[in-house]
Amino acid sequence: MQQHRTGPAWGQEEKLIPLSHTILLSAVLFAVGTVGFLVRRSAVMMLVCVEIMLNAANIAFIAFARHHLSMAGHIWVFVVITVAAGEAAIGLALIVALARERGTIQVDELRSLKG
Amino acid sequence: MFRVWAIPLIPLLGFVYIGLLSRRLSRRAAAIVGCSTVALSFLVSLEGALQLLRGEEALTATFYTWASLGDTLVRLDYRLDALSGSMALIVSGVGFLIHLYSVGYMHGDRGFNRYFAFLNLFIFFMLTLVLSDNLLLTFVGWEGVGLCSYLLIGFWYEKSDPPPAAVKAFVVNRIGDFGFLTAMVLLLAQVGTLSISELLQSAPGAFEAWPVGALAVGLLLFLAATGKSAQVPLYVWLPDAMAGPTPVSALIHAATMVTAGVYLMARFRPILELQPQVLEVICAVGAVTALLAALIALAQRDIKRVLAYSTVSQLGYMFMGVAAGGGVAGMFHLTTHAFFKALLFLGAGSVIHAMGGEQDITKMGGLRSKTPITFWTCLVGALALAGLFPTAGFYSKDLILADVLHFGEWGRILFAMGVLTAGLTAFYTARWLMLIFFGEYRSPHHHPHESPAVMTVPLVLLAIFSFGAGWGEHAYAHFVGRVLEPPEGHVPGQVIAWASGAGIVGLLAGFLRYRSLVPGPGPAKGLARVSERKFWVDEIYDALIVRPYQFLSKVIASWVDGGLIDTALVNGSGALVRAAGRIVRPLQNGQIQVYTLAMMVGLVAALGWMLWS
Repeated sequence: MQQHRTGPAWGQEEKLIPLSHTILLSAVLFAVGTVGFLVRRSAVMMLVCVEIMLNAANIAFIAFARHHLSMAGHIWVFVVITVAAGEAAIGLALIVALARERGTIQVDELRSLKG
Repeated sequence: MFRVWAIPLIPLLGFVYIGLLSRRLSRRAAAIVGCSTVALSFLVSLEGALQLLRGEEALTATFYTWASLGDTLVRLDYRLDALSGSMALIVSGVGFLIHLYSVGYMHGDRGFNRYFAFLNLFIFFMLTLVLSDNLLLTFVGWEGVGLCSYLLIGFWYEKSDPPPAAVKAFVVNRIGDFGFLTAMVLLLAQVGTLSISELLQSAPGAFEAWPVGALAVGLLLFLAATGKSAQVPLYVWLPDAMAGPTPVSALIHAATMVTAGVYLMARFRPILELQPQVLEVICAVGAVTALLAALIALAQRDIKRVLAYSTVSQLGYMFMGVAAGGGVAGMFHLTTHAFFKALLFLGAGSVIHAMGGEQDITKMGGLRSKTPITFWTCLVGALALAGLFPTAGFYSKDLILADVLHFGEWGRILFAMGVLTAGLTAFYTARWLMLIFFGEYRSPHHHPHESPAVMTVPLVLLAIFSFGAGWGEHAYAHFVGRVLEPPEGHVPGQVIAWASGAGIVGLLAGFLRYRSLVPGPGPAKGLARVSERKFWVDEIYDALIVRPYQFLSKVIASWVDGGLIDTALVNGSGALVRAAGRIVRPLQNGQIQVYTLAMMVGLVAALGWMLWS
């Protein structure tokens, strides 16, 4: 009994993976990213953690988009991906410049803005 | 075409020329320009005076309109009448002789050109002061001569004495200037004009309803005069002013500038007369000054200091003469005094020149044969100062005393003070002469020599005037009588007897006492010490005014400025910001992850607040 999947048929699958699980995954990922950002000293690893946090947000967008049957969440995901790409490009460029200029990318050694 | 403003303008051009080219101009050129401009001024004044004699009442000229304040026009008006004309003649005439003398006296001084520039500037301001017909312009001249006096007292600024003396002269004069300014403001407010000729005409009407105002104006003008003309209580600057070059003492601090106050009184007689008390105050202060200064002059040892106190004393006479009677007597004494006091100062300069800089008269002596021209001219000057017949001083002094005798209730007391002063004057004059020119030559070093002709010629000319000017008494009284009220009748024989008697007794006493006696070194004893220490007036002023003022300055400097402003306000606000910075500075530790942590904590707190409230 093949049915054309439209409308309410989504509800079936929601039972398979409930919204709360996806949100939980998103929260866990975000927490991992945050803690990683706070504890890792390498700028590259911090950048990776930022990517993790962004993608945690993306998962939450998608989950809610499916839950509300709306495309707005998808649009935001694309925006976030674009921003993340730009952020990674700029961030990596900064890190390269830092490595050349200061000879290190350990953020605890880069403290010349200390007041 | 006669232009009155040319008289002061010519010396100004001389000042500008010498002053601007000071470094490049040769001394010879500076001397020629300096002397000839003053001579030219004298000739123009003479021409003006001749026109007056031909019947003109006054020559006036407006240089330009300085400012118009509403209805009040401030115009640079110059006016040459009998009174200002005779002053202009004295200023430029005596001024010229002293310029000439200075060429010899200042010979070899490093500041020769600067000296002549200042001297020309002084003549300009002095002529502006006497010829101005606008009170504000008079004030410009008044302040200008004060400035030149300051510059020339402090002319040898590398030495230790002149700069403080110059500052003292300036500061003491400032008190008098306060009086001048206040009187000017009162007159402007009440009469509504600053033009002197208009003021003299309309002031009596304007002050009719406000007699206290007239009293105030009169006393304030007199306050101005006490500053400039060195009267009690503001005379203390004049003796110290002798720190300047001797010709400057002769020109500024004896013959011309210090008589500006007397001239001011004579000029404003119609306003002073509105309240007779003003004239009484002037006459009394003049008498007190004359007596006090004569007493101080008795025991001074500095050749110029004796003359300085005698100037103060004679200025007191002039004030008596200008207040009592019609004022002509005071102006006539001013004229004769200009001759003989300039002569005495220049003679003193010649003596100092001969002695190689020595100024202590107890260390001189016997200069009669060594500097004969100086001696004979000084003798004439001294006799004129003592008021002996037939020198000029005799006539002018008697004229004053005759006026004083019949002046008000206190006339007899003031007359007695005047006669006593005449005796004392003769006494210290004799002492001065004896110690310098008679007896043994007491200085161990240096061979005195007569001064060059450029110095002795002015001495001789001034001696001639000091001797003969008195004979022009009636002509002068008639001439100046056009402006002031001419004296009536002749000097009574009783006055002549008293004044001349006192003079002769004083002279004889002085000659006899100092014939062989020379005051030894060290402080004098008894009453002489009171005179030598100048009645401790400087010390009293020091204790009453200078020290409290300095104390107040120190308190304000250390507590108000140092404590309140510097420590509390300026450094306090700095310290406050610094302390606040020290507290919050650890937040900015440069660790990006600490900042992030703070953001996270803040974010969580904000979310928590939103969710649970």
